Amino acid sequence: MSAHSSTPMTTWRGLTAILIVGILALAALPYVLSTYYLGLVVEMMIFALFAMSLDLLIGYTGMASLGHAAYFGVAAYATGLLALRLGWDVWLALPAGLLVAALTATLFGLLALRTRGTYFLMITLALSQVAWGIAFGWRSLTGGDDGLPNVPRPDLTPHWSLTDDTTFYYFVLILAGIGTLLLIRIVSSPFGYALRGIRESETRMSALGYNVWRYRLAAFVLSAIFAGLAGCLYVYYTRFVSPDYLQVVRSAEVLLMVILGGAGTLIGPAIGAALIVLLENMISAYTERWLVVLGVIYILVALFAPRGIVGFVRERHAKRAEP
Amino acid sequence: MTFWFVQTLNGVSYGMLLFLLAAGLSLIFGLMKVLNLTHGSFYLLGGYFGLAVVHKTGSFVLAVLGASIAVAGIGIVMERFFLRRLHLEELPQALVTFGFLFIFSDLATVIWGGDPQTMPKPEFFSSSMQLGAFYYPTYRLFIIGFGLAVAALLWWLQDGTRIGAMVRASVDDEEVARALGINVSLLFTLVFALGAFLAALGGVMGGPIVGMYPGADFQVLLLGFVVVIIGGLGSLKGALIGGLIVGLLDNFGKVFFPELALFTIFAPMALILAIRPSGLFGRE
Repeated sequence: MSAHSSTPMTTWRGLTAILIVGILALAALPYVLSTYYLGLVVEMMIFALFAMSLDLLIGYTGMASLGHAAYFGVAAYATGLLALRLGWDVWLALPAGLLVAALTATLFGLLALRTRGTYFLMITLALSQVAWGIAFGWRSLTGGDDGLPNVPRPDLTPHWSLTDDTTFYYFVLILAGIGTLLLIRIVSSPFGYALRGIRESETRMSALGYNVWRYRLAAFVLSAIFAGLAGCLYVYYTRFVSPDYLQVVRSAEVLLMVILGGAGTLIGPAIGAALIVLLENMISAYTERWLVVLGVIYILVALFAPRGIVGFVRERHAKRAEP
Repeated sequence: MTFWFVQTLNGVSYGMLLFLLAAGLSLIFGLMKVLNLTHGSFYLLGGYFGLAVVHKTGSFVLAVLGASIAVAGIGIVMERFFLRRLHLEELPQALVTFGFLFIFSDLATVIWGGDPQTMPKPEFFSSSMQLGAFYYPTYRLFIIGFGLAVAALLWWLQDGTRIGAMVRASVDDEEVARALGINVSLLFTLVFALGAFLAALGGVMGGPIVGMYPGADFQVLLLGFVVVIIGGLGSLKGALIGGLIVGLLDNFGKVFFPELALFTIFAPMALILAIRPSGLFGRE
């Protein structure tokens, strides 16, 4: 496999080059696209970040979480509430959102990380439903089922609010870009390689002297922080937050994005996220039965593309290399 | 005193419904290592199918049989044509069962609408019965008895029959079981169908007391998870004891702390996870 022959340094440089070109192209988009499509790209970037955060767990550490929307959602609620009720600006509300995501993940991680495989799937799903239950039930704080409308767009300074769509687009582009760079940095660091080692064999890694439990917890919390960043951006984008944000449907959707794109590659989940967001927008224009369509996509991906788009391209590539 | 008695019986009867659900979840996992996320949909579809049969024929017995058999048929199709191809592939399996969960959930809303519906109680059990100093609905007592009967039947099936022995052999070592000439693939289909049948049974039986509504599929799936997390995956005993524990916790939680009902279930689950990650009766 080509991925294994390249050293961490060249992967890091190659990816950075692609990323810089990508960011430049994205930076030019407001001059080309209408407001509607610009909004679509904002959504794609947010969900790409969300999907990449989950990939850190699934693709790199080998821990399949079915409750990742919990961290997206609690961060969205925290940021939304602080901005709405206390009028905190983005410099305070956003880090507070990330902190809440990290704390939730630490708490959930302490329980979930005692288990593996199917138990881990079940427990992460169950714990995320607890978060959903709180958002749904605690009406006085969260507004229950109605959610919290009218979350203000972020203020960079008391006089500079990002209400304008183009400025907001750049705000998301910069933060999602920083998030992506950090994620690339993490997976190509020694820490990231230790995570891959844990994915392949936990016993071997403990024999080598790694504290596996600590690495798994660190990956779990880090991944939640990036999911939280996506959640914070999304609450600013939609100016709304409801229990749907941390529902199992959303956890499943982000899992689909990761697998559709190709777990363990970062770029794959980002592509998967962009595709699903695009499809959702196109299909919801024609039918209200998006959930049925989504369900069919799940089944098709599982049956025909379990290694994802990136995996498919790689296999084709490998076949051509050795005829 | 009356309060405690009545609420305990309510909890136990709900626990029996959860047992029906969790037994299938647990059996399917034990044999096939599949985490069936469609299990809540089997429950809900069972309820809706049962309601349709009752409206058509007026017979509760036919509703129970018809709905459970129909859902078992759906299970067979799912296993034969989809899950079989993904044997031991955890994530693709999760995707497929998620996919069916979404499809069934959306279609159910289209067909039966968004309003909660309840099933009429069977004529014979529609009254209350005097138990010592107070009255208690006979239908709930019937559920408790029915659940215990199913538990006994499943036990006999697992420990007392040839097919149970084959299932146990395949759980322990699938490869060797195949080599001995056991048709493990057929067992997979049978067990999956049985699991779907039991879940649908829970849905129909629960119809008169819990009802059917959009989102019930997710809700019971979650409770089913908690039951098998507490009881241990793959264990019939775990499903029964876990079902009773969760049924009681859920019921008393709703009575005493209606705002925090979920916590009364999840706090004990967290405690058990901390002490015994594989559940009370799960294998390590």
